[in-house]
This record gives sequence, C-alpha cells and structure tokens, in this order.
Amino acid sequence: MKNEFKVISDLIEDNKKVLDVGCADGTLMQFLKENKNINVRGLEISKEKVQECIAKGLTVIEGNAEKDLKQFPDKSFDYVVLSQTLQAFLSPEIVLDELLRVGKKAIVTIPNFGNWQVRLHLLFKGTMPITKSLPEQWHSTPNLHMCTIKDFVNFVKFKEIKMIKTLALNSNNTSNITTNNLGTKNLFADLGIFLIEK
Amino acid sequence: MNTEKNIKTLIIKKPLKLDCGKTINNFPIAFETYGSLNENKDNAILVFHALTGDQFVTGLNPVTKKDGWWSFAVGPDKAIDTNKYFVICSNVIGGCMGSYGPSHKDPETQKTFGTDFPVITINDMVNAQYNLLEHFGIDKLFAITGGSMGGMQVLQFISNFPDKAKTVIPIATTSSHSAQNIAFNELGRQAITADSDWKDGNYEANNTNPGKGLAVARMAAHITYLSKKGLQEKFGRKLQEREDLKFGFDADFQIESYLRYQGSVFVDRFDANSYLYITRAMDYFDLVKQFNGNLSDAFKKTKAKFFVISFTSDWLYPTQENKDIVIALNSIGADVGFVEIVSDKGHDSFLLDVPDFLNALKNFLDKSYTELNNEK
Repeated sequence: MKNEFKVISDLIEDNKKVLDVGCADGTLMQFLKENKNINVRGLEISKEKVQECIAKGLTVIEGNAEKDLKQFPDKSFDYVVLSQTLQAFLSPEIVLDELLRVGKKAIVTIPNFGNWQVRLHLLFKGTMPITKSLPEQWHSTPNLHMCTIKDFVNFVKFKEIKMIKTLALNSNNTSNITTNNLGTKNLFADLGIFLIEK
Repeated sequence: MNTEKNIKTLIIKKPLKLDCGKTINNFPIAFETYGSLNENKDNAILVFHALTGDQFVTGLNPVTKKDGWWSFAVGPDKAIDTNKYFVICSNVIGGCMGSYGPSHKDPETQKTFGTDFPVITINDMVNAQYNLLEHFGIDKLFAITGGSMGGMQVLQFISNFPDKAKTVIPIATTSSHSAQNIAFNELGRQAITADSDWKDGNYEANNTNPGKGLAVARMAAHITYLSKKGLQEKFGRKLQEREDLKFGFDADFQIESYLRYQGSVFVDRFDANSYLYITRAMDYFDLVKQFNGNLSDAFKKTKAKFFVISFTSDWLYPTQENKDIVIALNSIGADVGFVEIVSDKGHDSFLLDVPDFLNALKNFLDKSYTELNNEK
C-alpha cells in the first residue's frame, strides 16, 4: 500500500465511519476495514474498479462525486476521504463543500504543483510538467484544476475551513506543514495531505 | 396441463388479509428448493420471480421441459451457488404454476375463479411467501433477491419483515411502477380482454382459450425486455427464410417471426387471467406512496446489507429508478452498494449470461456470507 494511504489511515481513529470518495480498487478501504475495524463505504466512477471492490467484499456505490455526494445526509460520516482527485473535478469548490457537509471531517490529498521538479520542468523544458505524481500528458490528463500546497492552504483559509492537520509527503517522509515552513514544503513536497473540518 | 405431480405445495391455513380487503385462507403456495439447508439454517436465499417466471428457478422445468428462468445465475458453482446456499422460490399468488390463482376453483361455488379471484398486490405476494420461512424453520434468510417484479417483492419483503434477511439484492427494478410501465401492461391486458375467446375471463367454462390475445400481450412485452441495439444486432432487417419481401402480411422479417414464436410458446405455459392479475399487481406497486412519499421510511427498520444492480440498456426499469432506491437507502445511512452493468441486452440482461453481472452477484454473496459467518 502506498505511503499516502498509511498516512491517511493514521489520521483516522479505529471504529469510525468513513466514506472514500473515488475509492478506486478499494486498497485504502480494505486496509481501514481490516486493520482499524472501520465501517467504510466507497464511491467510484469506474465500473471496472467498482467490480474490483465488490470482489474484495467492499461496499461501494458506482457514482460521480460531483453528482452523487448530495444523496448522503449531513455529517453522516466521521471522515470523508478524497485522495488526489480534487483537481480533476469541474468544480473543486462544490466538491470540497460537499465533503465537509457529508463528513464531520474530511481528509483531502493533492498532488503538489508547486514541487521544484514541476517548476523546473516548465521553466527549462517549456512544456507541461510530467512527474511521478503527474504522469499524464496535458491533453490526456484528467486534472483540470492543478494547484500547489500553498494554493490549497490559501483557499481553505479563504473559505474559513478549519485546518486540523497539514502534512507534506515526500517519497517516504512525512512532515508537518506550518506557517513558517510553508514555502519550503511547497517547494519540496510531492503531496499535501489535509485534515479539515467546517 | 397435468402438472400436479411435479409441483410441491404448501397449504397456508392462516388467514391472509389482502390489500383489496378480502381474506383468503387454506390456499396453496407452490414452491421449489435447490441445494440444502445447513444445520444453522443460515444459508437460505429466497428468490422472487418476475412477471412470467415461476418456482422452477434452475435446472429443467418439469412442466415446460425447458431450462429454469434463472439457470444462468443459479446452480452448482454458479453466482447463486447451490453447493453452498439453499435456494427457495415460490410461485406468486395470482400465478399459474400451482399457487393460488384465478385458474383455481372458488371453494364456495366450485367454479373456476377467473376474474372473481381477488385482485392481489406485491404486498400480498410477499406476505403469502413469508409463510415459507416458518415452514422451513428459518429465522433469518441469508439473502433475498430477484429482478424486475422479483425486485419489487424484494423491496416489499424487507420493508414488511425488516429483520428477516441479512442481505438484500434488488435487480433491474423500481420502487414505484412508472406511467410507461403501466401503459405497457395495459396494452397487454387490452390484447387479452379484446380476444373474443377470453369470455370475460370464463374461458375454461366455455372451452375456449384467449391464446391470440395472450400471445400479442407477450409479443408487446417482449419488445420492452430488449434494447434497440440488441434487436438491431440480432435481427436487423434480415428476412425470414425468403429471398425477398412477399408483399403480404406473413412474417417477412426475422424479428416478426421471432416475436410470433415467443408469443406462441408463451401461450402454452401461461394463463391469460394470471397475466391480468400479475400485471395489475405490478401497476399497483408504489412503495413510495406506501410510505407517504418517503421511500427511506420503507427501509429505516432494517439493518440488512443492500446491493442494487441495474443495466445500461434497460429502458423498462432504467438505472435512475434503481438509483432512487440507492439514494433512499443512503439518506438513512443504510449499508448499500450499487453497480450499473454494461449490457446491450436490455431489461432481459438479468436473466441472461452477462458475466459482469453474474460475477458481481457471486462476489457480493460469497464475500457477504463469509463476513457474516465470521462475525458470529
């Protein structure tokens, strides 16, 4: 299991109720269910991935986060997880609002467009950056709204969302992001992980 | 039809008050079982059949001598694995495969009921079938499942008996019969009652058979079970055993011949009055209305695990109607999974060899069974 999921899983206490939005093949769900006795549901748009989840005995609903989150009542989950997909929605703001409506807390991770490799790629090659966490060409990427860790922090502040925990992930190292080190983390982190609530 | 010897029946002595207000008692329910009930009695699956189905789910139907209606899904090592599970299915009341229906004799007059049989509902059907649990000494079913009208019975059953099933699998169904569904059913009923041999439902006493009307009803309904794409690919404009058009009204096209055949074989196995009664029960089905406009209330007493399945090309019970069930369940935090299966076989997909569907069904059942057993 990728390190990102280990970090997410550490943010969630045992025996909670969790919704994994864009749960893919259910790797994180399965880990949460088996190791933390978590009552976990998934929402996934890909039919193939939904089938993989069913084969693992996971409860998953085929659907689209932008349309289908509205069917869940307010605060019906302790945590709602959204891993590396916020940037792929037509309206990240609406999805973010929905995550915080449905979940008491939300865990959102974003691939960091502020990473130095991304910056250098654009600066020197003059083409859209392709990195480990952003492997697609500009014309085939599902990402519509790329942002940096700093962008996300600013956005969350603007929306008056409470930031409980902010983590930077760089290969296998996890570190806290603070007001003081935001600039550095925004330069070196591959991924930002945010535990937020409204 | 001499069918008696192949049909197992259970006589329900307890009075059953029907939605129409009448009470019936001492009536038969015809059923069949597959696999064996284990010692803990925790491996039973109650399957509900659709409009023209019956209790013979799989293997050879001893009456029609054809494969059971869900042979692709039910059997040893199949999605509903009879090596593992004990499958029970019964003919709905109002039906014509042994359960109490319009072709039975009225005990008071000793005449065939015909249209004097009380109008029954999906609710009446499941209340009658509930007696099977008592008969087999099953406290809680492992699963209930069914497609189309079978799915309606699944929803009604768990609403009526919230703690009697652990898993609930409605397939290609709806919580409320739509105007379009009612319209198609009415077309079928009109075809039957317009047949002069129908004789106001007393065709048995008159030694007639409204076979033409029933065949037309079946033909019309059959079209609704398929998709445009499926029909086009299978038949297109292909001609039936002829080189060119005949400029007449025989079956020039293969699709015409196919529909005529479907109509004619149906007449041999189905009772016209039963067709009227069962389609009426479907039309009256409105679980939303039963719960004053809030479908969620139908499910709020159950802790069962739901799995809803729909098919992309099903325009009779489209994905959205199945999703409405999912939405109602999610809004009360119920445990519900949902998948829409890609298939161009229309509403009939649930009866056919659609591997993605059968795999999903099998995986859901087997994983749930293991999980529920580990919890003990």
